[in-house]
Amino acid sequence: MVEIGVGLFVALGLAALFMLAMQVSNLSAVTSSDSYTLTAGFENIGGLKVRSPVTVSGVRVGRVDAIDYDDKAFEAVVTMRIYSNYNGFPEDTSASIFTAGLLGEQYIALEPGGSMENLADGDRVQLTQSALVMEQIIGQFLYSTSAGGEE
Amino acid sequence: MLDALQKLGRVTLGFFQRLGRGHLFLLQIFTTIPGVLIRPRLILTQLYTVGVLTLLIILVSGLFVGLVLGLQGYNTLVDFGAEDSLGVMVALSLVRELGPVVAALLFAGRAGSALTAEIGLMKATEQLSGMEMMAVDPVQRVVTPRFLASFISLPLLAAIFSAIGIYGGYLVGVGLLGVDDGAFWGQMQDKVDLQGDVYNGIIKSIVFGFVAGWIALFEGYDAVPTAAGVSRATTRTVVHTSLAVLGLDFVLTALMFGD
Repeated sequence: MVEIGVGLFVALGLAALFMLAMQVSNLSAVTSSDSYTLTAGFENIGGLKVRSPVTVSGVRVGRVDAIDYDDKAFEAVVTMRIYSNYNGFPEDTSASIFTAGLLGEQYIALEPGGSMENLADGDRVQLTQSALVMEQIIGQFLYSTSAGGEE
Repeated sequence: MLDALQKLGRVTLGFFQRLGRGHLFLLQIFTTIPGVLIRPRLILTQLYTVGVLTLLIILVSGLFVGLVLGLQGYNTLVDFGAEDSLGVMVALSLVRELGPVVAALLFAGRAGSALTAEIGLMKATEQLSGMEMMAVDPVQRVVTPRFLASFISLPLLAAIFSAIGIYGGYLVGVGLLGVDDGAFWGQMQDKVDLQGDVYNGIIKSIVFGFVAGWIALFEGYDAVPTAAGVSRATTRTVVHTSLAVLGLDFVLTALMFGD
């Protein structure tokens, strides 16, 4: 009786742990063995963070692995870890930082180009578009309206 | 005046003496662990009384906490049109905080108090001294199996609490309030991190199991061997464990999620 009770208890506990690991969390995500990295330079990354998603056509294909600042080129260098089953991105793929929804988190959207050559592990995405920073947009808007008012 | 000073000194010295005794007691438990491990039967029986018998209250409270989280979360999130994030909210609050903490508080009330009362009564009826007379180490025979049992049980109980709570949130959110099924689980899997959230929650519950077992057993072992002494010790177990769990939870949270 005691054995059955303890056995059930431990099995239930391990099942709960397993459920938390598999069902609730993103275990299926990053492991370094089945992924490769791409880098991209951005003038401004806005609110992008490590582990932010990288998507193509809205489909998640990887995550942001690291964010550094290059003090020679004066830009942010973002390292992306892409799952290796998505390895056919043309060389002239572009990377943009977008925001999910109005206040949502920021993510990198890749847009494949038309080149025949594909990006390989460690390559750099050349075409990038920075995050839109709200203050800059408002500043430009104010500037353009005041300039328009004087004419 | 002098009496007051004397009393202050006595209270302070008593406090440090107790603190020291508690830690020496913990060391004594550690040194007897190998002797207990070769008799797994002792741990098994204690796992039953400490873990299995606490299971019911954990299941019921976990379910209701999940149901409430689902309702409250939905009402708040729907104002922002973010009810799809209900799964994330329920899962993160359970896995990070509520699972380990509430399970530990329930554990202190259900199992910790029972451990203290049991060992205190064994001391009061001189069963512990009787064991010593027969050259059986009461710490090894009585205390350490209970310590290991609570150390093993609490992480499992906390995981069960979180899992059933998430299903409770699912029941209310998806079943009653019409949150999209795919969004509930999908966003949850997207935002809940195995390393950052689930592992840290498990580490918390391991620490709480350690502390809850230690306090309950020390209070029982150190109880004044009278009826009133055992009753005071039992109360102290629940109060001290709850305070220790909540205090440690703040420290652990600051360490884990502080940056």
